[in-house]
Amino acid sequence: MIESVLLWLFAGTALVAAALMLVLRHPMRVALALVATMLSLAGVYALLGVHVIAVFQVLIYVGAVMVFMVYAIMLLDVRDRSYTRRYSGLLVPGAAAAVLFLAILAHALWRELPRTADGEGGGAMFGLRVFSIDFLNEYWLHFELVSVLLVAAVVAALAVLEVGRRRRG
Amino acid sequence: MLIATSWGLFALGLVGVIVRRNVLIMLMCMELMLNGVNLSLVAFAQQTATSAGAVLVFLVFVVATAEIAIAIPIVLLLARGKRGGLDLGAYADLKG
Repeated sequence: MIESVLLWLFAGTALVAAALMLVLRHPMRVALALVATMLSLAGVYALLGVHVIAVFQVLIYVGAVMVFMVYAIMLLDVRDRSYTRRYSGLLVPGAAAAVLFLAILAHALWRELPRTADGEGGGAMFGLRVFSIDFLNEYWLHFELVSVLLVAAVVAALAVLEVGRRRRG
Repeated sequence: MLIATSWGLFALGLVGVIVRRNVLIMLMCMELMLNGVNLSLVAFAQQTATSAGAVLVFLVFVVATAEIAIAIPIVLLLARGKRGGLDLGAYADLKG
């Protein structure tokens, strides 16, 4: 009982914070709203029993990605033109397209609902043990490929910084 | 219910990328879209009692980290370049 209430609460918080991201003006407040969304998603994952993902959500997303983002915001905190004019000229078409997109998705969900309702709540609890055994036994190739991608991203970031340094002289 | 939430998050992120002007805020909205997809993956993995979804979420984490690591230097360079600023309107003449 209390678990389902908490699940609704976390999901609602995530949606409200995500909606706030569209309205708030300053990038720092948007970043804080995104952190709130990610933390409530971590709560949802923990309630679903996928504790590994919940821990990594907090560690990687909130701990690494968002801190990096906040550093970038603090580096660039100037009076920018985009602070006073929040929205681009695509506001009305973008909102209309989003409403259309959501309507199509809701229609699909409503049509599929009777079929998926039976399988609701499989209640699989992933421990770290099951997750890591599966991960390194079956998906080791993906793991290696992703590590190659990370190395490529680091090299690319260094190259971009080198271009900037050369341009400044 | 969780699937609907994930679609909502994805749609909100998409609107953010389309509608906002600030480059950093657009990046954050992309992260929001990734989070929505992650939520649906976790929900399906939990429903079907397989670990493939969880593994995919883990890989998405790494890809998102790589994306941010390469995007932030580009944004810094753009913001300190000649045209300056975080407003995407300043770069409207970029093509191809």
